[in-house]
Amino acid sequence: MAELNSRIPKGPLADKWTEYKAHTNLVNPANKRRLEIIVVGTGLAGASAAASLAELGFKVKNYCYQDSPRRAHSIAAQGGINAAKNYQNDGDSVYRLFYDTIKGGDYRAREANVYRLAEVSNNIIDQCVAQGVPFAREYGGLLDNRSFGGAQVSRTFYARGQTGQQLLLGAYSALSRQIKKGNVEMFTRHEMLDVVLVEGRARGIVVRNLVTGSIERHAAHAVVLATGGYGNVFFLSTNAMGSNATAVWKAHKRGAFFGNPCFTQIHPTCIPVHGDFQSKLTLMSESLRNDGRIWVPKKKEDAEKIRHGKLLPTQIAEEDRDYYLERRYPAFGNLVPRDVASRAAKERCDAGFGVGETGLAVYLDFSDAINRLGKSTIEARYGNLFQMYEKIVDENPYKTPMMIYPAVHYTMGGLWVDYELMTTVPGLFAIGEANFSDHGANRLGASALMQGLADGYFVLPYTIQNYLSDQIRVPKFSSDLPEFVKTENEARERLQKLMNVKGKQTVDSFHKRLGLIMWNNVGMGRNEEGLKKAITEIAELRKEFWLDVKIPGEANEINPELEKAGRVADFLELGELMARDALNRNESCGGHFREEFQTPEGEALRNDNEYMYAAAWEFTGENNEPKLNREVLDYEFVEVKQRNYK
Amino acid sequence: MAFKYSSVTKKVVMALAGLFLITFLIVHLSINLLLLFDDSRELFNLAAHFMATNPVIQVFQIVLFGGFILHILVGLILQIQNWMARPTRYKVEGYSHTSFFSKFMIHTGGVILAFLVIHLINFFFKAKFGEMPEVMINGELYEDMGILVIEKFRELPVVVMYVVWLLFLGFHLDHAFHSALQSLGLNHSKYTPAAFGISRALAILIAGGFILIPVVIFIAQ
Amino acid sequence: MNLTLKIWRQKNATSKGKFVTYKVSDISSNSSFLEMMDVLNESLVLKGDDPVAFDHDCREGICGACSMYINGRPHGPDKAVTTCQLHMRRFNDGDTIVIEPWRARPFPVLKDLIVDRSAFDKIIQAGGYVSVNTGGVPDANAIPISKVNADLSMDAAACIGCGACVAACKNASAMLFVSAKVSQFALLPQGRTEAAERVQAMVAEMDNQGFGNCTNTGACEAECPKEISISNIARMNREFLSARICAPKVKEGSGGGI
Repeated sequence: MAELNSRIPKGPLADKWTEYKAHTNLVNPANKRRLEIIVVGTGLAGASAAASLAELGFKVKNYCYQDSPRRAHSIAAQGGINAAKNYQNDGDSVYRLFYDTIKGGDYRAREANVYRLAEVSNNIIDQCVAQGVPFAREYGGLLDNRSFGGAQVSRTFYARGQTGQQLLLGAYSALSRQIKKGNVEMFTRHEMLDVVLVEGRARGIVVRNLVTGSIERHAAHAVVLATGGYGNVFFLSTNAMGSNATAVWKAHKRGAFFGNPCFTQIHPTCIPVHGDFQSKLTLMSESLRNDGRIWVPKKKEDAEKIRHGKLLPTQIAEEDRDYYLERRYPAFGNLVPRDVASRAAKERCDAGFGVGETGLAVYLDFSDAINRLGKSTIEARYGNLFQMYEKIVDENPYKTPMMIYPAVHYTMGGLWVDYELMTTVPGLFAIGEANFSDHGANRLGASALMQGLADGYFVLPYTIQNYLSDQIRVPKFSSDLPEFVKTENEARERLQKLMNVKGKQTVDSFHKRLGLIMWNNVGMGRNEEGLKKAITEIAELRKEFWLDVKIPGEANEINPELEKAGRVADFLELGELMARDALNRNESCGGHFREEFQTPEGEALRNDNEYMYAAAWEFTGENNEPKLNREVLDYEFVEVKQRNYK
Repeated sequence: MAFKYSSVTKKVVMALAGLFLITFLIVHLSINLLLLFDDSRELFNLAAHFMATNPVIQVFQIVLFGGFILHILVGLILQIQNWMARPTRYKVEGYSHTSFFSKFMIHTGGVILAFLVIHLINFFFKAKFGEMPEVMINGELYEDMGILVIEKFRELPVVVMYVVWLLFLGFHLDHAFHSALQSLGLNHSKYTPAAFGISRALAILIAGGFILIPVVIFIAQ
Repeated sequence: MNLTLKIWRQKNATSKGKFVTYKVSDISSNSSFLEMMDVLNESLVLKGDDPVAFDHDCREGICGACSMYINGRPHGPDKAVTTCQLHMRRFNDGDTIVIEPWRARPFPVLKDLIVDRSAFDKIIQAGGYVSVNTGGVPDANAIPISKVNADLSMDAAACIGCGACVAACKNASAMLFVSAKVSQFALLPQGRTEAAERVQAMVAEMDNQGFGNCTNTGACEAECPKEISISNIARMNREFLSARICAPKVKEGSGGGI
C-alpha cells in the first residue's frame, strides 16, 4: 500500500507555504471547466471549499445528509474563531498563534501545517467580514476580540455566542451564490455510503438518497471529504444527532490511513448528564471561562450535602470553596486548555468533591464577575448561553452557579493527510475535522472554525490543483464503469443485510451500549486493562448487532432507523480502532490520558522518544488487525517542552 | 394582472389606499358631526352641498371610488393567494400571540363592504339620483341632506344596523394605520410604538364618532 | 408523566395522511420534547411499527432542523425556543398533545412530520449573499461599522431558517425569514453595494415559491425561536420600495445577476 509521504515543502518554516504556492502546478481556466470535484459535507470546510472551487471555475458536486447545507453541525460552534491579527496590540503574531497551537496540541501536530494555518487565519477574518458576517464590534466600529483557553493574548473573533452559525451562514451564502450560478450542483438529503476507486484513484462516490432510498453513483475527477468528526462513537456527545463517521470510515476501508483515532477532545464545560433518556449533551461555550470561576466544595461533607439537596452552593462560604484550576495553574487559571480543565474536573469528582445529583458536576460561578462588571455586561456577553442553560436545567445561572461537566466534543483524529490535504488514496482529500488535522493531541478553543475555513477557503483550492493539473486530459468519468457498479452493489447488499437481520434490539440501544464502553474505557482516563477490555467488548457488541438489530420499514423510503443503523455499524468498527490506537500509545499527551503515564502531580506525561509520531492506521481486511504506520514528527523550529500552564 | 406584481408592491398599494380611505373617513366624520352641533342643519347642508358640487371634490370622488375598489380588489387577491399558500390547514391552530383583529381583516372588511352597499343606497345614490327634500338657506334653495339622515336614524333597526357596522369598521381600523406604515417600511424604534397607539386611537375616535351620530339622533327624538 | 399524543402520520409525499393517537408513559419532566419522541419511537420500533419520522439534528436550538407544530404553535408553547429545546416540564401529567408538521404549500410533507424546506434555500440562492469571491478582500478593520448597526445586523442574522415564521403565519408568509437576511446585509456597508438588486431578487423568488403575503399580524415574531423582530419586515419593505423607485433600470443579464 501507499508510502507515508507528508510532502512538506523544504525551506524555512515561515516561507514554506509561500514557496509552495509559488511553485505548485495550477490548472488553466479552460481546463477547470472540464474538471469535476465531489465535495461531501457542507460544514465550514465543505461549504467554503465547494464555493471557492466553484468560484475558480471547477464543476463541483456537493452533498449533505441534512435538508439544507445550512444545517451542518459547524453551525453549533459558539465561542469564536482565532486569528493572529494582533488588533489588540497585545503581542500576538503568526508565530505566537502557531506556537500556542503546537504547544496546546502537546507537540503531536505537524509544524508546517500548523504554521500555514496560523498564516492564513488572518485572511479568514478578512474574507468573512467581506461576506457580511456580523462579528462583534467596539463602539469605534472596529472588531472586538475575546480571550480563550490556552493563550495569553486576545485573538478570538466572535459573533455573540453564535460564531459558528455566522461563519457557516457566510460560507453557505457563498455556496448558494455558486449554486445559483450553476457551478455547484447541490444534493441535500444524500448520505455518502462509499467511495469509488478506479485504478487506485478516487473517482466518485456512492450515495443514498434519503428521501427515496435509492442508491446513486456519482463520478468526478477528485473527491473531497468534509464530513466532520466521529465524536458520536460515544453516543452522548456535543455532536449533532446525525454526525457520523461513515464517509471517513469507508474511505479508510478503501485504503485511506486513519490518523491518531484515539485523540478525542473532551470539552470541560458541558451541561451534566441527567438521565438515561438523554440523547445528547449541550456545550456551554468555553468563553464562559473568561469570567466564570470553576470550583467545588473544599469539604467532602459539603459536597455530600449538596448532592442530597441539603445545601445550596450559594450557602458555601468563600473559604470553603476550592477554585482548583486557579490553585493548580496560577498562570492560566480558569483559562487552561480544554484537556487540562476536563481532567482536573474529573479528578475532583472522582475524589468525591463533585456536585449535582450524580456527583458528576462542578460549579462555574459568575457571582464575582457580576459583582465586578454588573449583570448587564454579563448578560451582553453570555445572555444567550445563560438562557440556554436555564431552558435545559431550569435554574437561573445569574443567581446560582452553573453546573458543568466534561463531554465528548471534537475528534483531533481523522483521515491521515499530507501537506496537500490528500489522503493516502490519490485523488481523495480530507478537510476540516474529517482529517487528522493540525491540532495534534488537543485542540485549542476557537481553532476548529479556523481550521475548517482555512482548509476550505485558502488551502485546498491551491493544493487540489497540484493533483488535478495532471488530470486535465482525463475525460469525464462515466458512473457506469464496472468499479462504480460493483461499489454500488456492495453498498446495497450491506443495507439489505441490515434490513434482513430483523432482530429484537433497537439501533439506539446498541449505540448507547457502545457509547458506554467507549466513555468508560476510551474516555478521559484510559489504561491498558480498560482498553483491552473495550476491544473485546466492542467486538462482541458488533457481532451481536449484526445478529439482533431491529430495523422497521423498508429500504426504499425515508427510514431514519436504517440511516442510524448504517452509521452505528461503522462506529462499532471505528470504536475498536480508537481503542487499539489508545492502547498502542503508551504515553499521555493532550486529550489522550493514559493513567499509567502521569507525573507525580497528575499531569500528562509524554514519551517523546518513542511516540513523537502521528499514528496512521492501515486497513488490512475485515477481521484482520490493522497495520500501524508512523509519520515521525520532526520539530525543526520549536523546542519541544513539557506543557506548563502553571 | 395584479398577480404579477410582487407581494410587497401589492401590500404597498393596500397601505396607500387604506391611508387614503382613513383620510376620507376623517373628512366624512367631521362633516357628519356638524349635524350634532347645529340643530338647523344649515352647516351640514352647506357642507354636503359643497361636497356634492365642488369640481375638485368631484374629481376626488372618482379617486375615492378608485381607492375603495383598489383596496377591495387587491385585498381579495392577497387573501386568495394567502389561502392558496396553505392548502392543508392545521387541526389545532391560532394559538400564537398576535393582535386579535389583525387576523380577521378580510372578514371585518367583508362585513364593512356589505353594509357599505346599503349605506350607499340609503344616502349617496339618493342624494345623487333620487328626489330630495329642499331647504332655504340664506335665500337660496339647497337639498336638505340633513333631514334625510335624521329621519333614517329615528328608526331603531337602522340605528342598530349602523352601530354594528361601525363597530366592524372600528375593528378593521384597529389594524390599519400602523399596519400601513409597516407595509410602507416607515418604522423606527422610537416612533413605531406610538403608531400602535395612534392606530387604536383612530379606530376608537372614527368608529366612536360615527356611532355617536345615529345614537344621539335616536335618543334626542 | 403520562401523555396522549395525536400525531400526523403520512407515509410519503403522495399518500394521504391522518392523525394517530399514541400513549406514552413514565416520561421524565426533565427530558426534552424530542427525547420524549425518542421514547415513543423506541417503543414503536420494538412493537415492529414504523417510528414517527421527524427532522432534528443539533438538538441545541441552532441548526433549525426540528420543526413540530405543537398544540397550535410552532415549536410549542414556550417563547424563544426550538422544539428540541422545549422541555417536558412545560406540560402536565395527563395532557393531550397534538403534533403536526409545518403546513404551507412551499413546504410539502415528505413523511410524517418531515417537510421539504428547500424553498428557503432557493430564496437565499436568489440573492442572500454578498458577491465576493474568496481572496482579494480588504482588511477586516478597513471599514469601521457602527456597533449599533453591527448589533442590529447580528439580531437579524440569528435566523436559523427553521420556518416557524411560515408555520405560524396564517398566510404562510415567509417575510420574516426573507427580511432577516435582507436586513442583515442592508445594515452593513459590505452588503449595501448590491442591496437594491438583492431585495428585489429575493422578494421575487419568495413570491415565486408560493408563500403567502404579509398582513402584519406579528405571529412570526411571536413564534420565532430567535426572536427576530418584524421591524426587519418594515426594513425590507423600505428597501424594496426605494429599490423599485430609485434604482436605475438594468438590462436583463447585463450584470450577470448578483
